[in-house]
Amino acid sequence: MSDAYIYDTLRTPRGKGRKDGALHEVTAARLSAQVLNALKSRNGLEGHAVEDVIWGNVTQVMEQGGCLARTAVLASDLDERIPGLAINRFCASGMEAVNLAANQVRGGAGEGYIAGGVEMMGRVPMGSDGAAIAVDPSIAMETYFVPQGISADIIATEYGFTRDEADALAVESQRRAKAAWDDGRFAKSIIEVQDQNGLTILDHDEYMRPGTDMQTLGALTPAFQAMGEVMPGFDAVARMKYPHLERINHIHHAGNSSGIVDGAAGVLIGSRAFGEKWGLKPRARIVQTTKIGTDPTIMLTGPVPATEKALRDSGMAIGDIDLFEVNEAFASVVLRFQQAFNVDPGLVNVNGGSIAMGHPLGATGAMIIGTLLDELERTGKGTGLATLCIASGMGAATIIERV
Amino acid sequence: MTDFTMEKGADGVAIITWDTVGKSMNVMNAQGFLDLEALIDDALADDAVKGVILTSGKPGSFAGGMDLNIIAKMRDDAGDNPAKGLFDGVMGMHAILRKIERAGMDPKTLKGGKPIAAALPGTALGIGLEIPLACHRIFAADNPSAKIGLPEIMVGIFPGAGGTTRLVRKLGAMAASPLLLEGKLNDPRKAKSAGVVDEVVPADQLIEKAREWVLSNPAIVKPWDDKGYKMPGGAPYHPAGFMTFVGASAMVNGKTQGAFPAAKALLSAVYEGALVPFDTALKIEARWFTNVLMNPSSSAMIRSLFINKEALEKGANRPDAPDQKVRKLGVLGAGMMGAGIALVSAQAGIEVVLIDQKQEAADKGKAYSASFMDAGIKRGKATEAKKAEVLDRITATTDYSALKGCDLIIEAVFEDPGVKAGVTKQALAEVGEDCIFATNTSTLPITDLAQASDTPENFIGIHFFSPVEKMLLVEIIKGAKTGPRAVAKALDYVRQIRKTPIVVNDARFFYCNRCIIPYINEGIRMVAEGVAPALIDNAARQLGFPVGPLQLVDETSIDLGAKIARATKAAMGDAYPDEAVDAVIFWMESEGRLGRKAGAGFFDYDDKGKRQGYWPGLAAKYPRAADQPDLHEVQHRLMFAQVLEAVRALDEGVLTDIREGDVGAILAWGFAPWSGGPFSWLDIIGTPYAAERCDQLAEKFGPRFTTPALLREMADKGQGFYARFGGHSEAA
Repeated sequence: MSDAYIYDTLRTPRGKGRKDGALHEVTAARLSAQVLNALKSRNGLEGHAVEDVIWGNVTQVMEQGGCLARTAVLASDLDERIPGLAINRFCASGMEAVNLAANQVRGGAGEGYIAGGVEMMGRVPMGSDGAAIAVDPSIAMETYFVPQGISADIIATEYGFTRDEADALAVESQRRAKAAWDDGRFAKSIIEVQDQNGLTILDHDEYMRPGTDMQTLGALTPAFQAMGEVMPGFDAVARMKYPHLERINHIHHAGNSSGIVDGAAGVLIGSRAFGEKWGLKPRARIVQTTKIGTDPTIMLTGPVPATEKALRDSGMAIGDIDLFEVNEAFASVVLRFQQAFNVDPGLVNVNGGSIAMGHPLGATGAMIIGTLLDELERTGKGTGLATLCIASGMGAATIIERV
Repeated sequence: MTDFTMEKGADGVAIITWDTVGKSMNVMNAQGFLDLEALIDDALADDAVKGVILTSGKPGSFAGGMDLNIIAKMRDDAGDNPAKGLFDGVMGMHAILRKIERAGMDPKTLKGGKPIAAALPGTALGIGLEIPLACHRIFAADNPSAKIGLPEIMVGIFPGAGGTTRLVRKLGAMAASPLLLEGKLNDPRKAKSAGVVDEVVPADQLIEKAREWVLSNPAIVKPWDDKGYKMPGGAPYHPAGFMTFVGASAMVNGKTQGAFPAAKALLSAVYEGALVPFDTALKIEARWFTNVLMNPSSSAMIRSLFINKEALEKGANRPDAPDQKVRKLGVLGAGMMGAGIALVSAQAGIEVVLIDQKQEAADKGKAYSASFMDAGIKRGKATEAKKAEVLDRITATTDYSALKGCDLIIEAVFEDPGVKAGVTKQALAEVGEDCIFATNTSTLPITDLAQASDTPENFIGIHFFSPVEKMLLVEIIKGAKTGPRAVAKALDYVRQIRKTPIVVNDARFFYCNRCIIPYINEGIRMVAEGVAPALIDNAARQLGFPVGPLQLVDETSIDLGAKIARATKAAMGDAYPDEAVDAVIFWMESEGRLGRKAGAGFFDYDDKGKRQGYWPGLAAKYPRAADQPDLHEVQHRLMFAQVLEAVRALDEGVLTDIREGDVGAILAWGFAPWSGGPFSWLDIIGTPYAAERCDQLAEKFGPRFTTPALLREMADKGQGFYARFGGHSEAA
């Protein structure tokens, strides 16, 4: 079995996922194509250079439907002999694309892959592809379906996180993201989004709110309390699965949950031979890839068992990891991760996360792998782990190690 | 004799009249379906017939529903494949109703066909509404006392003859929800504003209005058969519909706590049906309906809540005695119970003498009826005239001589044998020897109290539950010497006030409280063990109990519990088994945590008496155990604590009819209605498993779970309670 290496990572800036967001005018295929073109040109790829483009994307309808991966390839400068595979593992789609590609390479199914993902959340609304788990009574009732925000609040209740702790994590995410931008830490991987004339559309993460403090967040009302306690009453469903809980503590709101944004990211993955062929230096080895199912009601605790499994399967211990990226879908997800492994918060999401910069569902998994690698390189550290919680009760993790 | 007849008019309108032989209200049976179909065939084939009116020969009603024995027959006739028998039978019903709905039109061009109107003189329930929904227009007589709706869910099934599919397509999922999921019934005007019926017309013009419509050459294609049909409010994957359906699953799940399979099946039929064309939706409805009918819960619910409840109300266990209808009732004690008894009796047209020691207390008891009727007037449920009638029937006095002429007296004074004996003697001195004397005691042995009477054969227990006007069950207790006429009197009285009776023999706590107390105690024991209080109450809710044991104690009050515990301990001496429970409730009592009435119990309450969270002092005294039991263990403890008492009550002859044990448990304390009652539940899980589980619980938690000999014997034989005791006559 050969090893799989990361040769390059890049991402677009994240635009606000709404009508007045900077990327709202850009189609999912064009944004994807810009990432593919950048990977092609930065790495000097020509012709049938990679085996496949594996592209994560959650809401696969409308312009994001019809196997967007293939559409994006055809919309890009890549050779038409390169096919495309659209995949959906909800919030970890971008990570799953990377992991799949890595494992294809390891298994000998081709030397090189492009993996990544996109989500134009302002153009193709989350949930607009339907979901039987939410709406089919025979499944929703059997699985005690509740929306993710309720799940995040269940985590807070079950593991005892307060509103203040969640808000403090959000404030820190904003502070770190601002510091990272000011320090140019994302520069290596950010490509600016341009129009067909080469004019700049967006060159920075526009969702961020630097200067956010506890007072600003304190003024926000819990986002999931009404749907939990009143209509339609998801808390009662949550208590059926977690009957020892007297009530659900609704601590999450727009300011300590991930932002709705547009964005795309890509990773170039290949074998040692792939790098030699194209004259590229491997930046990191993909040590371990993991995915796991968890209870769908609390839904978002997946990073803990996914990390445990990744460590176990790779024969590592938590102390072997130098840096962590834990997707900030909701503050409680990260708080739970830190609690479970007793890791130093100073090693987790050191350059901010989805609370500050936004969470373009299908792209985030690839983005945080890139962010992790850039930071390992910047700080001279060796090993990093990225992990995400996933809708319907799943978790995914990737361990990388600089080479 | 057939239940359906047709008369073809010279104007081309054929009137099909439904008139079930020998019943006061129409009921659909297997032959009825065939007869109706034959007449529809005839009308559709006859060129002289322009259209049809389907109506009822019963004044004031269209139909009360389906003879549920049809279902049993479909199942039984299919031999070793009952599901197929049910599915085929249900599809057969669909075919007949669909024939009415298509009415001979070309299904492709939607041309042709004859208008068929339903003309409802009044009440239309279940199949009695499902057939009209298949017709092209529903006319309802403006009859305010009529009830129109689909109450199937109340007995654990759902409308399975197209009613679910048609109503959702007619009204949309959101608007149809209360009608289908809660079985909400409406009077004709409300049914019209809900969109269930199309027109409300004066009762004497019902047929004429329907005739006019039939002859007006109306459009008869149902919206769902027409091109471009869209479900009102949106189908599941329409943006608006999506939110409705997400919400519906959550609401049904939360409200039913997952304990009612019919609600889930109903909602699934709605959801899956909404995604496909109408005829496919009917097939889906039939599959889920079959699924519910095959679930032992539905059979058990139908048996207890429909068949046996009705049998008990009609006097299944009434001794042979002449009519004992009560004309004049004496109520001793105008407290909460006495006031409630006076109210429900006066509402039933009985003259009431309400006696208390002080006139103001008696007046206060009567005022309870006034304020109850006022609340009814406010909600449009009563009128000033009705209120005046009710109040006129109640005489509030301190004068025992007013009891003269009473044929029944119910004593509802303080639970003290001496006080009770005093008022009993005082009252009996005023009435004739024929008067039946009843005590509403909930704790004192009837046989002992009967000693205050010279005619113990006329002395009986009539145990009401609180609040009297809301609770549906009355527990009648025979003392050792109680005679058959007293039992007949009590039963006839309960029938007059439209409640459901059970008749039990005298023993500590009779039947109901005997089962409720161990349920509450088991919950309290768990608190002392450090089980999370929420887990205890939530476990009960997920079994279908309306409130968990800790919430129930708060409602009934801790000091009452403590009082009962002290009395029981005094009576039982060393055999008393509940020290662990007492440790908690005596401590609560000493802390002033007396329950809701004190604004402090297992829960905290705000100034308005609204329940807040569990009292933190509880966790301070009984810290939460690190290892919490799993939900099923908690549930089994709560269930078996009650169910084993029911088995013992049967074994000891306190209960003589398991039907009463089952119906009583559901109506008196909300025992897991989906199960059909304690004995039905044991039959569902099987006596061998029940005995095995009791052995495990006894080993882990103590001898209160020891498998009773009767259960052990039945388990060894693999015998079920209804198989053994279902003949109704054989006592244990």
